Amino acid sequence: MSAPTRRRPAVSAAASVAVLTVLGLALWQPAQAQSPDPTAATSTTAAPTGPDDLVAIGRQLFDTGCVSCHGEGGVGTADGPTLVGVGEAAADFMLRTGRMPLAEPQGQSPSKPPAYTDQEIQALVAYVGSLGPGPAIPQVDVAAGDLVEGGELFRANCAACHGAAAVGGALSYGDYAPSLHSVAEVQIAEAVRVGPGQMPVFDEDVFTDDELNSLVAYVRYLQDPADPGGFSLGRVGPVAEGYVIWVVGASAVVVFIRWITRRRADG
Amino acid sequence: MSRRHRPDRGSRVGRTARWFDDRLGVARTGRTLLDKIFPNHWSFLLGEIALYSFVVLLATGVYLTFFFDASAAPVTYDGSYAPLQGVQVSAAYNSVLDLSFDVRAGLMMRQVHHWAALLFLAAIVMHICRVFFTGAFRRPREINWVVGCTLLVLALGNGFAGYSLLDDQLSGTGIRIADSVILSIPVAGTWISSLLFGGPFPGTEIIPRLFIIHVLLLPVAIIALLGVHLGILVRHKHTHFRGDGATEDNVVGERVWPTYAAKAGGVFFLTAALLCLLGGLFQINPVWLFGPFEPENVSSASQPDWYIGWLEGSLRLMPPWELSLGDYLIPNPFFPGVLLPGVTFLLLYAWPWIEAHFTKDHEPHHVLDRPRDRPVRTALGVATLTFYVILFAAGATDVLAVTFGVSVNRIVWTFRTLALVAPVAAALVARKVCLELQRRDGPPEPLPDEAEPVADEPAAVPS
Ligand code: HEC
Ligand code: HEC
Repeated sequence: MSAPTRRRPAVSAAASVAVLTVLGLALWQPAQAQSPDPTAATSTTAAPTGPDDLVAIGRQLFDTGCVSCHGEGGVGTADGPTLVGVGEAAADFMLRTGRMPLAEPQGQSPSKPPAYTDQEIQALVAYVGSLGPGPAIPQVDVAAGDLVEGGELFRANCAACHGAAAVGGALSYGDYAPSLHSVAEVQIAEAVRVGPGQMPVFDEDVFTDDELNSLVAYVRYLQDPADPGGFSLGRVGPVAEGYVIWVVGASAVVVFIRWITRRRADG
Repeated sequence: MSRRHRPDRGSRVGRTARWFDDRLGVARTGRTLLDKIFPNHWSFLLGEIALYSFVVLLATGVYLTFFFDASAAPVTYDGSYAPLQGVQVSAAYNSVLDLSFDVRAGLMMRQVHHWAALLFLAAIVMHICRVFFTGAFRRPREINWVVGCTLLVLALGNGFAGYSLLDDQLSGTGIRIADSVILSIPVAGTWISSLLFGGPFPGTEIIPRLFIIHVLLLPVAIIALLGVHLGILVRHKHTHFRGDGATEDNVVGERVWPTYAAKAGGVFFLTAALLCLLGGLFQINPVWLFGPFEPENVSSASQPDWYIGWLEGSLRLMPPWELSLGDYLIPNPFFPGVLLPGVTFLLLYAWPWIEAHFTKDHEPHHVLDRPRDRPVRTALGVATLTFYVILFAAGATDVLAVTFGVSVNRIVWTFRTLALVAPVAAALVARKVCLELQRRDGPPEPLPDEAEPVADEPAAVPS
């Protein structure tokens, strides 16, 4: 399976630097969480004391990491939309799939390893949630989901963009529906409810919470499907099979027939 | 005939052979066939790979027909694939799921069958390239060229019919695209479509009809034409390359029995083994993931098999132009979907005459050209191949976009440019390479006057 990190074409030098910075951040953050760094220690000890403290810590983090694009109090700037009323689900999705903080403000934000620790994410989510009422983080119970129903919902509503095998698909002008092969359960549900980027919003009027459970169950199933028949060739469909028949099949038969018609050295 | 071969009276085998010979007179024909000379060049075996893939197709296909149910009747799936249990599907799709999960060796047979179809077409294309680039289509072999082209068309059609039978989301999408192409044919389009589908798309008729087309009409036509193809081949005798005493009046090579037969048998087993290996190791067309065909659903990355891929590519690359003649509109899919393949096959069929017209060479030829000695033909062939390879690649713009993280729109424009520029560039390079090779190894060696001992009599060539 190829699950490449997708980037915009012709990444400029500046953008590469930005990406490297983000990657650096991502690598550096967990180390910081374990280190006896005083700020990290405060946030860890302060986190469980109450929702208001969480919001306060979240605001601090927001004012350093997000304010440049989303503005004071999350009201939005030219570089980022308003976060008032997007809800905890949107914030949790964006932060846990590593989409925020955004590296380059153009194009689609790719999913990356998260830039914040679990507590920091909780704090930021609480803060964004406090900005205005919006969708809460969905409660997912995969065990209660119905795989068959999930499959029907997925093929009818999601396969058009993400592909029937959830390997991802192209949208116009460089946008893409990403592969769903490494998304966690809650983030799948959040994506459905929030509709990030080009993806449509599917709220409670479209899918009930039970249907959402089924959908998540099916996406989880697609991440590791019962897959008889050998190597799956990336499940991108007949194109890959076409390349295999030429690269493997046709070359093999040419080798056979060259070998069998080879002349002996004695002539 | 006084030198008629008499099998040994004494042995049991000899007596049996004799019994048949007395009644059927098979010995003489048999001897002629067994003594037939085959040139020992690898490229002459490409057509045989196609033949052997076809044999594998027949064998696996017969097995599949035991279990496949060519019907659009709705049934509730209750086989062992849990994620689809209880879903309403067509009987056809239901039986394919059963074949894949519950029939012993069913999935293996399906996969070998599908890989064999891909190899069948690939081998035909390679074989046609060999015949084209070496000038083997020239007089007296024009008729066999036409038969060969028809075999290609039939094979393409049968591949598409087979792919469309399964009634999964991909095959349904394919039929829908085919239908929209048919509908774009001026005047006749709607008639052909409703004849084929027995009403509006998709209806319930198309699957049983495709089934008969796939397992009876086209295979029988292919077998019949294969007979003609090989019959003409035996009648004409083989072409051969220069060297080893090859002339226009002989065939230099090995006798069918025992040498060539052993080699051909070996190639058959190797081909069959390769296909079993592919079928056993590489998943192909996992229909259970695509789901049953629902006309209102579609999945991204829907592609046809490779041999139809060039048509998909031409549909995708075609700018959104339409032609209106008065108040009559020729819809867009007509140009990439009907006109392009029409012109393609017209030129392919007519090539022997087109070339003879320009070279003014109407003589019979039994000694093959080396591609380098015919730079113009080679360049044209390479240009054409380049064009269709680009169309094929363009059939997967979305997959390429996701795989390489590039915008689809950019890829489409790149391919549009390439489709126009690359064939010309490829032709120029090919011509240059031919001339360079010619210069390097001097003029082709002259044909010897006398036939060498290992030679067969020439075929009576009608003039
Ligand atoms: C470089 C600018 C930038 C930075 C820094 C940034 N964002 Fe964003 N953010 C954006 C843009 C642009 C979008 C909209 C694009 C998208 O949805 O992918 C967005 C979208 C969001 C959304 C979804 C809004 C919606 O309508 O659903 C959330 C939530 C969010 N950001 C939270 C954050 C948080 C929390 C941080 C700090 C950790 C942050 N962002 C940092 C630019 C930024
Ligand atoms: C119109 C096309 C479209 C449809 C339909 C669609 N999605 Fe998406 N989906 C997207 C795009 C585009 C993104 C990426 C958004 C971004 O990052 O800006 C996405 C992102 C996601 C993600 C996050 C993936 C990650 O890497 O973090 C999940 C999970 C997801 N979609 C699930 C679904 C499910 C489940 C459905 C069906 C209910 C669905 N999508 C329907 C286009 C679509």
